[in-house]
Amino acid sequence: MELTSPFTLEYAYKRSLGPVLSRFFTALRDGRLEGVRTATGRVLFPPLEYDPDTGEDVGEPVEVGPGGVVTAWTAAPPPGEAWVLVRLDGADTAMLHRFTGDPASLETGLRVTARLAEQRVGFITDIAGFEVEA
Amino acid sequence: MRPVYVAGFAELPHLLQDNLLDEPEMVQRVTAAALADAGLGRDDVGFTCSGSNDYVMGRPFSFATALDGLGAWPPIRESHVEMDGAWALYEAWVRLQHGDVDVALAYGFGKSSLGSVEAVRTLELDPYSLAPLGIGPLPLAALQARALLDAGLATEADFAAVVERSRRDGNRNHTAPMTEAMSAAHALTLPYISSPLRGHDGPVRTDGAAAIVLSTEPVGPRIAGISHCIDAHQPGFRDLTVSRSIATAAAAAGGTSGVDVVELHVEYSSQEGIVLRALGLDSSVSVSPSGGALVANTPMVAGLCRIGHAANAVRGGAKRALAHATSGPLLQHNLICILEPA
Amino acid sequence: MSDDPVTRFKAPVRLDYTVTAGSVTADFLREILKGRLVGRRCPDCRCVYLPPRSACPTCGVITTEQIEVGPNGTVTTFSVIRFPFEGQVLEPPYACAHVLVDGTDTPLLHIVGNCDVDDMRMGMRVRAVWAEELKPTLASVRYFEPNGEPDVTYDSFSGHV
Repeated sequence: MELTSPFTLEYAYKRSLGPVLSRFFTALRDGRLEGVRTATGRVLFPPLEYDPDTGEDVGEPVEVGPGGVVTAWTAAPPPGEAWVLVRLDGADTAMLHRFTGDPASLETGLRVTARLAEQRVGFITDIAGFEVEA
Repeated sequence: MRPVYVAGFAELPHLLQDNLLDEPEMVQRVTAAALADAGLGRDDVGFTCSGSNDYVMGRPFSFATALDGLGAWPPIRESHVEMDGAWALYEAWVRLQHGDVDVALAYGFGKSSLGSVEAVRTLELDPYSLAPLGIGPLPLAALQARALLDAGLATEADFAAVVERSRRDGNRNHTAPMTEAMSAAHALTLPYISSPLRGHDGPVRTDGAAAIVLSTEPVGPRIAGISHCIDAHQPGFRDLTVSRSIATAAAAAGGTSGVDVVELHVEYSSQEGIVLRALGLDSSVSVSPSGGALVANTPMVAGLCRIGHAANAVRGGAKRALAHATSGPLLQHNLICILEPA
Repeated sequence: MSDDPVTRFKAPVRLDYTVTAGSVTADFLREILKGRLVGRRCPDCRCVYLPPRSACPTCGVITTEQIEVGPNGTVTTFSVIRFPFEGQVLEPPYACAHVLVDGTDTPLLHIVGNCDVDDMRMGMRVRAVWAEELKPTLASVRYFEPNGEPDVTYDSFSGHV
């Protein structure tokens, strides 16, 4: 006889954001997509507190998007999920998010736009997903 | 650097179902077997380091529980990394460089069967912009596979060929679970799970443990070089078709010239080509003759096993074997260990 | 929507498992279902562990022999609980204690009931009181209670405190 038991591990963490991510999530809640510019002039979106290439602090916020281009995508057979890496206009990096449009339309290079949630709270899901640009 | 040699290696069979051994029993059995392989006893070991993950085991301080299996009372000199056992071996190698200890033991253990390794991997992503999205490791790997196809660096047939070879070799390795033989042609007819990847492009997740004994005596394959490097975490911040961290680590470990066998910690068939290109090698070398991590993927163990199987390859006549271990999403963090005859 | 800057968010972690007892603990829990306490003995140092351990932490070998122990034991140390908390079995005040069950070498952390907390003593003799319905858990021993035997001397258990 094998003895088994269901078990759930739960931690009710709260995460503090620090100045760079606080600015990003505050802007997102207010409906703006803001990356950050590094000392070498690249625009990181989503923002990081540091330049991953150099470790240097990042500089001022830069508004990006809401349009952008798909750099990679994947789709599960319907009704499964579709995911995209999107380089937003004005950014030098891509963000990962859901694609909420018709997966059959997906291709690399596709123009898409961020669809914001109506109720925004300062969380990454304030971007509800990406859909094909009109 | 002080020369360090692989004196012994052992792994428990990688099982598809729970092996019903608790942590101390897994650790006792696998470390005793590695020490027996080395012809050494517990009292010969001057330092021990383990690799495991509490989220995988579903139990806080599972690594501390496991210490019973070592005979760690009264206290011994030991340490732990919440990483694959390959990084425990790295710490053991560094510890041997101090000069006051001559034998070190590294081990890893993990069980896929208790919970969801996929869910753990999702939680390990950046907590601000990635983990809350809930993307699992397979769709994440699929984005990387897509980037390879778009760049013309691979075809879906290449992915399928890796699956065919891995299953064939794994079924000859008595420690890997038996998997259904799969021809590349057949693999390509199966449906996508998350395009362009199919179910068999992902790892066969198993339960198990592995241990390696390191010694400063020339009693086995010599570690000619070992190094590890890390890339940016965000998948959208790097070129997913290349691995700078693998190339950097391999150069720091002495370069890949003359390598005739590689054991690669590849969790998705699409990643093998990235690793080989970063190493400056191609399929003219023997690639993962154990079947690799695709067919026996025990969490926190699969990387350490690559080093053990590379050592076995040298024992079997290879001139220069390279082991690769990986951690983090999409080959983010990579360790390279190069082994040569003593 | 608030105008305040966003400075933190909730990031709960939840993971679901089906945990297995492992064969050694499973053997122990099966004996619990029969109302028996069994320990596990190290083949090298002969130390008996309760709850059983699959490997001896001193000798680093698999414990092979299962032996019945108890039901009586000795309180080696104790603490009186005087505050309420969620999931409590007994009404405070009560004592939790290390009970060195007869035949074992490692004290078991458990509860002492049917005893005025002001009468708790190191060296007092107790016995296991079983729940009416036995389940595969150590909670099937509801608590230990004084068994009426005279106290034993500190020297008789000082090696196990």
